[in-house]
Amino acid sequence: MPDTLTAPASLATTAPTPSADLPQWFAERATTAWTTFDSLPIPGIKDEHWRYSNAKRLDPAAFHRATPAPESAEAEAVASSIGLSDTAARLIFVNDQLVQSDTHALPEGVICETLTDALIKHPEVVQQHFMQREAALGSAKFAALHLAHVQAGIVVIVPKNVVVENPIEVFHWVATENAAIFPHTLIVAGDNASVTVVDHYRTLGEIPAFSCAVADFVAQPGGRITYAHCQELGNAATALHLSSTSAHRDSQIKSFQVQLGAAFSRSESISDLLGQGSRSDMISISLPTASQVVDQRTLQHHAAPHTGSDLLYKNALYDTSRTIFAGLITVDEGAHFTDAYQTCRNLINSEEAEANSMPGLEINADQVKCSHGSTSSPVSDEELFYLKARGINDHDSRKLIVQGFLEDTLSRLDHEPLRHLIEQRIESKLASIA
Amino acid sequence: MSLVIENLTAQIPDRQILNGLNLTINPGEVHAIMGPNGSGKSTLSKVLSGHSDYEVTAGTVTLDGQNILDLEVDARARTGLFLAFQYPHEIPGVSNANFLRAALKARLPEGEDIDAVAFYKQLYTRMDQLEMDRSFTGRSVNEGFSGGEKKRNEILQLMMLEPKYAILDETDSGLDIDALKVVARGVNAMRSESRGFLLITHYQRLLDYIQPDIVHVLMDGQIVLTGGKDLALKLEEKGYDWVKDEVLATA
Repeated sequence: MPDTLTAPASLATTAPTPSADLPQWFAERATTAWTTFDSLPIPGIKDEHWRYSNAKRLDPAAFHRATPAPESAEAEAVASSIGLSDTAARLIFVNDQLVQSDTHALPEGVICETLTDALIKHPEVVQQHFMQREAALGSAKFAALHLAHVQAGIVVIVPKNVVVENPIEVFHWVATENAAIFPHTLIVAGDNASVTVVDHYRTLGEIPAFSCAVADFVAQPGGRITYAHCQELGNAATALHLSSTSAHRDSQIKSFQVQLGAAFSRSESISDLLGQGSRSDMISISLPTASQVVDQRTLQHHAAPHTGSDLLYKNALYDTSRTIFAGLITVDEGAHFTDAYQTCRNLINSEEAEANSMPGLEINADQVKCSHGSTSSPVSDEELFYLKARGINDHDSRKLIVQGFLEDTLSRLDHEPLRHLIEQRIESKLASIA
Repeated sequence: MSLVIENLTAQIPDRQILNGLNLTINPGEVHAIMGPNGSGKSTLSKVLSGHSDYEVTAGTVTLDGQNILDLEVDARARTGLFLAFQYPHEIPGVSNANFLRAALKARLPEGEDIDAVAFYKQLYTRMDQLEMDRSFTGRSVNEGFSGGEKKRNEILQLMMLEPKYAILDETDSGLDIDALKVVARGVNAMRSESRGFLLITHYQRLLDYIQPDIVHVLMDGQIVLTGGKDLALKLEEKGYDWVKDEVLATA
């Protein structure tokens, strides 16, 4: 039988073969990861990290590893990759293949390579930082799957004292039905260096597909990283985003996630505050409609004194959509004078929508300021009446209220063009809501 | 061409609040409705603007010939009816300027947008008249505003939306005398031959600064007495019990 008629082998059964060009340590980790993946069960519904959710939605048997897309699909994806107008670098991946790259505006000394190129050209520094954080929030199996398959995505290493003014923007497209991609993002900001990176995840058309992404951020003393991920996969797709931040002394890491697409999207975000004076902001926006499920797990881990973390997750739910938020703040012994805040707010636009929140705190130090809170409330009738009494119709009044609800997340983005881009993406989703 | 309220009867569950109210407001006229607590003053404003807590069981309201009782809240507003709220709501995260732009845009044909430069010019002119700091354009609608600031903001909206008929529901409540003067100046600036006003108030004080053409007394959901602006002074002096005796005497 000709190859083209053979169904592609599923992720669950095919062990990937790491390329011979890659460093041996990487090949070994990938091989070990496959064994780990293969040996771990899909988490059951009784697993604490999967409460109210269902890991079967990520069943690897339903997907195959993406193979290069036809040229026409690549061209369409490139043409649709409209984002920021001023970037330091811009890379477009389709089905995990790099199809366009422009890095000429990067300041000297900044490394911005595809993962594969970085592994070959800068193996030591990649080895030092590549997937060092255990996926502790439930997706160890899928993190292993990612490691076993990963080849796409970028490594950004900004040397000491270098400030990259404009963002680095990356598009990840899935162009084939039932295909899985494994986008990787590794950002290392050296001492007092600063960089902004944006990842877009999209599908070409409304196809079932799986994006299994891992993003790790390391800020060395005084370093600053701003990261945004904009998940706009088609509504039949599945999204997983595992991220970790390591914040060293006096560093600042801001992470924004914008969840707009996918039938099921799961994010696990870990912030490790490792050095005194470090700070992590974790911000998330989602607008689930129809039967979309947004599943969010977070950990703010304070390992050093005088550290700060501030989490603000906002979900505006429509139709029969569901959100799950489970967040934990842990303050280690000795991590005195910690400021840690965790807030999840849900604005319910439909009686059939459901928001689940599970906030948590574990404090083992003194002189700590911690708070956590979660609220769910419907759109206020009195607010609606006030807006309508000024002539604004029901649809536009509700839209204004939702935009207002999201305002204090967006106002934390101090990069104006990036904020504008995210507002536009939100606006485009809001425009689709009847 | 006028706002005509005929035999307006309205209730909340289990309780009738308006009992066949009749009132005609012509463009150019300023009417004041006074009445004791519980007489139905605020209900009248809510019913006219279409609040869903109230059910109209009889009567008609026409605005320049158009029956507005069948219209949704927003459509009523777009016919040219404006309500300055007694307790303006806070809309977190929506800036005053965006709110006003959305309200003005709602009055344009589909797909058209307002001229931003002209909008801000007009907005700043009106804010200056109301002695409002420019920072109020960027602040969330009414959020964290003092009572007086909220009322000024209501008048700012009136000035920007230029309605045909404006109802001011207890605009004087919670205002100190200086704020009251500023608000009154704003309202007076909007008086014109083509615009009618209905001032709803408990106290005569407001009417020292916004002189009404006609004063009505509302009791038990009906207008029981109508007169000139001296009627307000008489009420202030003699109290609402005097009206009861007066009405009984003429009944």
